[in-house]
Amino acid sequence: MDFLRPASWEEALAAKAEHPTAVPIAGGTDVMVEINFDHRRPEYLLDLNRIGDLEEWEVGEESVRLGASVPYTKIMENLRGELPGLALASHTVASPQIRNRGGVGGNLGTASPAGDAHPALLAAGAEVEVESVRGSRLIPVDDFYTGVKRNALAPDELIRAVRIKKADGPQQYSKVGTRNAMVIAVCAFGLALHPETRTVRTGIGSAAPTPVRAKAAEEFLNAALEEGGFWDNGKIITPSVAKQFADLCSGACNPIDDVRGTASYRRHAVGVMARRTLTWTWESYRGTAGRTNKGSAA
Amino acid sequence: MRVNFTVNGRPQEADDVWEGESLLYVLRERLGLPGSKNACEQGECGSCTVRLDGVPVCSCLVAAGQAEGRDVVTVEGLADFAKQRGEQGGCASGASGASGASGSCGTSLQDAQGWSAKGQDSQTGEGTELAPIQQAFIDAGAVQCGFCTPGLLVAADEMLERNPNPSDADIREALSGNLCRCTGYEKIMDAVRLAAARQGEAV
Repeated sequence: MDFLRPASWEEALAAKAEHPTAVPIAGGTDVMVEINFDHRRPEYLLDLNRIGDLEEWEVGEESVRLGASVPYTKIMENLRGELPGLALASHTVASPQIRNRGGVGGNLGTASPAGDAHPALLAAGAEVEVESVRGSRLIPVDDFYTGVKRNALAPDELIRAVRIKKADGPQQYSKVGTRNAMVIAVCAFGLALHPETRTVRTGIGSAAPTPVRAKAAEEFLNAALEEGGFWDNGKIITPSVAKQFADLCSGACNPIDDVRGTASYRRHAVGVMARRTLTWTWESYRGTAGRTNKGSAA
Repeated sequence: MRVNFTVNGRPQEADDVWEGESLLYVLRERLGLPGSKNACEQGECGSCTVRLDGVPVCSCLVAAGQAEGRDVVTVEGLADFAKQRGEQGGCASGASGASGASGSCGTSLQDAQGWSAKGQDSQTGEGTELAPIQQAFIDAGAVQCGFCTPGLLVAADEMLERNPNPSDADIREALSGNLCRCTGYEKIMDAVRLAAARQGEAV
């Protein structure tokens, strides 16, 4: 095994181009487990800890450009306003020690369906900024997950950052596990209200081969909210609408039975989380002055 | 490969390090510092917790090469680390600058290897100098088998540094990455509350 220690992003890209099998390591919270247990013996480890740029973030007009290695602790502490869903998701990651090392780039690189950040990224809307010596490209996060622990990265590409849309409305995140800390999600759900576009986006974790959006549920809810004038009148969402939304979210799952839970439990729990996160976010939307048409609010 | 880094305020050098080795292995097997415990090797249990540039991390998940040039505090150096912090706001984190081997800062490898927790006897005053959190663990009876203790000490000490008046919820969250299979959590909570109270009195 060789340990590559690029001192800059350019050096890291050059190293990855020269050694496409090199395994990038930042927080180490996935890679080191595999090495410790002899599940993986990469030819090259590519250490990204020396590249300070990866631990920085920029808050722009529309979005936050979050460096791939910004630890979850920093997201919780600094980006709760801009990225509330991701901040909530970050807080559910493992333990303080892990949150001090792990970041969203690693979650994306590993692309486990159980990665905690994915539902929040899907719900908020995000693009993954990847780069190689050939150039840089932005991959919509919806297209980034290609299979169980597979993603859209080419062998010579590295994840530079994630560009996440700043929240324009309430966001929520919910995760099922056997305890509060150190838990791999049995399943997870993220929901974001986007009052500016009058849309709702969702993200489901750990209940399909990849993280997915519940698109049919989103379309149903968008239409129901529009039809009932909910965005303007701020009324409580009809229980039947919430139930239909929850059922469609359950239907978007394609889960398996495993040690953490059965497929049918996962489907059920995703429905419950969908209804709850919708209620929480909608209550918060109703309670704020951020509604799109304040005049007609009762 | 060779790894140069600062351990407990003194520069150290580890040789013949395998590229896939963890920081925990280097500390225990190359430097002879077995205080940080090797239990789960997957970041679940927190018994290998050390400070890396001041931040609590699971040393089993840090590749040895990633520690190059960085500053590590282990449980063996915790007493000195806490003392320095108390006296001057800490030379511990910036110790690599004042790296003279004869300096009073830091804990030498020899001292660290021979370090053992003998709490100060309130009658005779004999014993090893302990960090306040260590003394509190002894006084509260928070040590059973002792395997999780080093990780808990490092994590609890860091929390008290950040948050001198923690609520029970703060303590639980700060220690949520440290498992005690003896399930001695109540006494551990007592110990951290005790250390916090003593810290408050001292100011």
